[in-house]
Amino acid sequence: MTAPTLADPAAGGPVTPELERAAEKAESRRGLLIALPSYIYLVLLFVLPLLLVFVYSFATRDSTGQTVLADWNLDSYRRLFSSAVLEIFVRSLVLALATTVISLAVSYPFAYYIATRTPRVRNVLLVFVMIPFWSNFLVRTYAWRVILGSEGPVSQVTQLLGGEPFRLLFTNSAVLIGLVYGFMPFMILPLYAALERMDWRLVEAARDLYADGWTAFRKVTLPLSMPGVVAGSILVFIPSLGAYVTPALLGGARTVLMGDYIVSQFLAARNWPFGSALSFAVMFVMLLATIFYFRAGAKTL
Amino acid sequence: MNEGTAPKGPVERLLGLNAWLVYLFFYAPIALLIVFSFNENDNVGIWTEPSFRWYQAMFQDDRVMGALRNSLVVALFSTVVSTVLGTMLAIALERYRFRGRGALDGIAYLPIIIPDVTMAVMLLVFFFQAFGVLSDLFAVRLTTGLTTIALAHIAFSISFVAVVVRARLSQLDSALEEAAADLYANRWQAFRRVTLPLIAPGVAGGALLALTLSLDDVVVTQFVSGAGSTTLPVYVFGLVRRGVTPLINAVSTVMLVASMVLVGISLGFQRGAEARAQRLADPEAVREEIVAG
Amino acid sequence: MRTVARLIALPLVLAMVIAACGEDDTGGGTGDTAVEGTESPDGATGANCELDQVDGDLNFYNWSEYMDPELVTAFEEEYAVDVVEDFYESNEALLAQMQAGAVYDLIVPSDYMVGIMIQNGLLAPLNKAAVPNLGNLLDRFTELPYDPGPEYSAAYQYGTTGLGVNVSVVGEDFPRSWALLFDPERTETFPGGVSVLNDPRETMGAALKYLGYSLNDTDLEHLQEAADTISAALGGIATFDSDQYDEALVSGEVAVSHGYSGNMIIGIGEAENPDDFEYILPEEGATLWIDNMAVPANAEHPCTALTFINYILDAENGAALTNWNYYGTPNEASVDFVEPEVIEFYGPTFEAEGLEVIEDTGDYEINFTDYLAQAKS
Repeated sequence: MTAPTLADPAAGGPVTPELERAAEKAESRRGLLIALPSYIYLVLLFVLPLLLVFVYSFATRDSTGQTVLADWNLDSYRRLFSSAVLEIFVRSLVLALATTVISLAVSYPFAYYIATRTPRVRNVLLVFVMIPFWSNFLVRTYAWRVILGSEGPVSQVTQLLGGEPFRLLFTNSAVLIGLVYGFMPFMILPLYAALERMDWRLVEAARDLYADGWTAFRKVTLPLSMPGVVAGSILVFIPSLGAYVTPALLGGARTVLMGDYIVSQFLAARNWPFGSALSFAVMFVMLLATIFYFRAGAKTL
Repeated sequence: MNEGTAPKGPVERLLGLNAWLVYLFFYAPIALLIVFSFNENDNVGIWTEPSFRWYQAMFQDDRVMGALRNSLVVALFSTVVSTVLGTMLAIALERYRFRGRGALDGIAYLPIIIPDVTMAVMLLVFFFQAFGVLSDLFAVRLTTGLTTIALAHIAFSISFVAVVVRARLSQLDSALEEAAADLYANRWQAFRRVTLPLIAPGVAGGALLALTLSLDDVVVTQFVSGAGSTTLPVYVFGLVRRGVTPLINAVSTVMLVASMVLVGISLGFQRGAEARAQRLADPEAVREEIVAG
Repeated sequence: MRTVARLIALPLVLAMVIAACGEDDTGGGTGDTAVEGTESPDGATGANCELDQVDGDLNFYNWSEYMDPELVTAFEEEYAVDVVEDFYESNEALLAQMQAGAVYDLIVPSDYMVGIMIQNGLLAPLNKAAVPNLGNLLDRFTELPYDPGPEYSAAYQYGTTGLGVNVSVVGEDFPRSWALLFDPERTETFPGGVSVLNDPRETMGAALKYLGYSLNDTDLEHLQEAADTISAALGGIATFDSDQYDEALVSGEVAVSHGYSGNMIIGIGEAENPDDFEYILPEEGATLWIDNMAVPANAEHPCTALTFINYILDAENGAALTNWNYYGTPNEASVDFVEPEVIEFYGPTFEAEGLEVIEDTGDYEINFTDYLAQAKS
């Protein structure tokens, strides 16, 4: 929206190009002023830290583990391609993809169901989706630790049935459940928004055209809801890839994932340069994933 | 309009079943958590008898209460600042053109796609370096604490607020704002009487998001907090690593109830603001508003 | 304008009120400019502290389940200060925090870590005038190789690191060896597996011992062997844990648990069926360690810290501590008040065969951390 071109009452004459330019300049200045505080804040506490991490990733470490900002090298980046790191990365990637796919598979029918209710029912259903979403993430994840523990309710049931104590805690599956549980609302809401905004007359038309409801869905509904699928997938994939809390609570010794690996570089491992390189790499992958998802989503339209 | 096109028959029933299962999936763990917080037994999984003992323990626990206090202070502060800054950012990006807008647009979206681990690392490195530089230049020894936590929370919340407010702004008919600009001598008045009420639901939504992000945050806070400045989620996280007792369940239940109450209040506020905004969306109403003001 | 201003001002004021209410003076807790510790002209932290002087709340960074809460409460009441406890799980984690600039008043590093910290200027020398109870220490704890004097640290507790074994699961004639942790053919048959400490020196040390090397060995090839041994054993390792090893063993989560003597013995003692468990020192050898109280150079309340050290070194308090955590006491004056079975248990420790003390390996030190990380992944 450009500045409205008004007759300047003070000048009492018609609008001239000079007047327009002056008005635009004033608008531009005002816009800059309004943006300035956030601009400064983000530059200082976001861009600058990002650059610092980039710089640190080329630094070295002395014998006690302190970072030394000299002897610049590519060691940390070279280490990114070592088999140990690649293994962790692939594991995290697979887990994030699995989380995204499962969330999508369960959330799509769910969002579809809500979107096809009457408005009043829809609102109620939505509120009940929002409540867990707004509840504390740590607490929700912790709940699974209780459930999956070998003294927990699931275990007691299996033992009652004569089986072994249920040991799902501290496995990859536990982490997967935790991730799906934690991030599914991020999939549901964009999906719902996209479905709700659709022009359903097209769906009706499609039903008339195609004998089969499933074909109508495939050819019309699904492509139209793609923006929601894309948004939801990104919103689930990204936090899952860098997840720290969920694996820490539900995973065990064997499930070393990227989030925990990065954090440990800044704790006992005391390797800030390597940790910085890892952080940067993860961010880079996510940027690529975002671009990829957007392109893929746009193609189906 | 949508409900006429709902699939019929078995598909419909399957969808319904799926929905019920999803709700069960969502709420069962929470319910179990709450139920077991009233458990007499030390062991988190084994039920003996109902008791309030863990709630008593919680309220007497200085560390828990201190962490709770810290969480609230930081959350309130960061919500207010990030909502104000985020709203201003949204307005500037959506309604104005100025040099550097493209760059700012890019910068404003990055915090959303950055994983919180990377954000934590960035801010730790930043504060570490900054404190070092400040100590060399001014011989003042700063340490991490509540202030750095709040600054960190604001850093990642601004973008989220901006996105929500901007979405709201883009839905507005700018003709209304132009009309207001014509009729008010003062740009600030036009903003306050017309634009602000129209975007109020968006601002409220953004504020709620900022509040939730702050209260939920674990990694970033863990990295930039200092001794004695733990927030509740970080403290609970530490407790869980060290030993699971129903005390954590009790703390969790309180946190859950609190967030639900907050959501309730905020949704109510949003609905009220939405109603007001609907009224203002009618040019007649705008004219009345201006005449009255 | 007013509504908007009110909307903004109210939460801000609320935040400040909450912050002010109940705010005890914890000094650097709010991230403001740090109050300089009580320094003397030559700059040593705590050099001006007098006996029994306190200068604010104590920020106490310690191993978990190592300090008797009753002792803490008694100290808080006697000196009218708060003790804020925080916990770390290994010496390396402690060092990482100190290097990152974390500010604490009192820390409890182990033998070799004291040496490392002294070399890196992380510790303040003890103001002996404020800690007269140093005289209570047994002679062998005053001339320790890592801190002769002592100048920077006061011995806290000592003990061993070994294995807690669930005999009913592993069978009566189990091998008294680290194989209980590192032999996958064995560990993968245990229901629940085993728990290993999440500690670079202890864990790599155990693997080195298992292979027949010293735990202070500085040969990278041997260290790689140790890392590979751990990697091969990951199938049977349920978790790397330095905090819950005793609970995990006693509750049946794991069959064998790598951990420290005191917590292990207390955990077993409090179990429903103590006879099912045993704490052993593997035949290949194990760690003997000594933990020490020390005041960081950047401490903000050194006087309180020194007073606390003096308090713990008191004869009866030292005994209370040992009776609570079941570790060895370095305090000669406490011996009369300690339960005889504890004295008996730790009696032979220093003369026992096969026990090694961890030593600082200088520039090689970082490898233990790196190789453990590699082994775990």
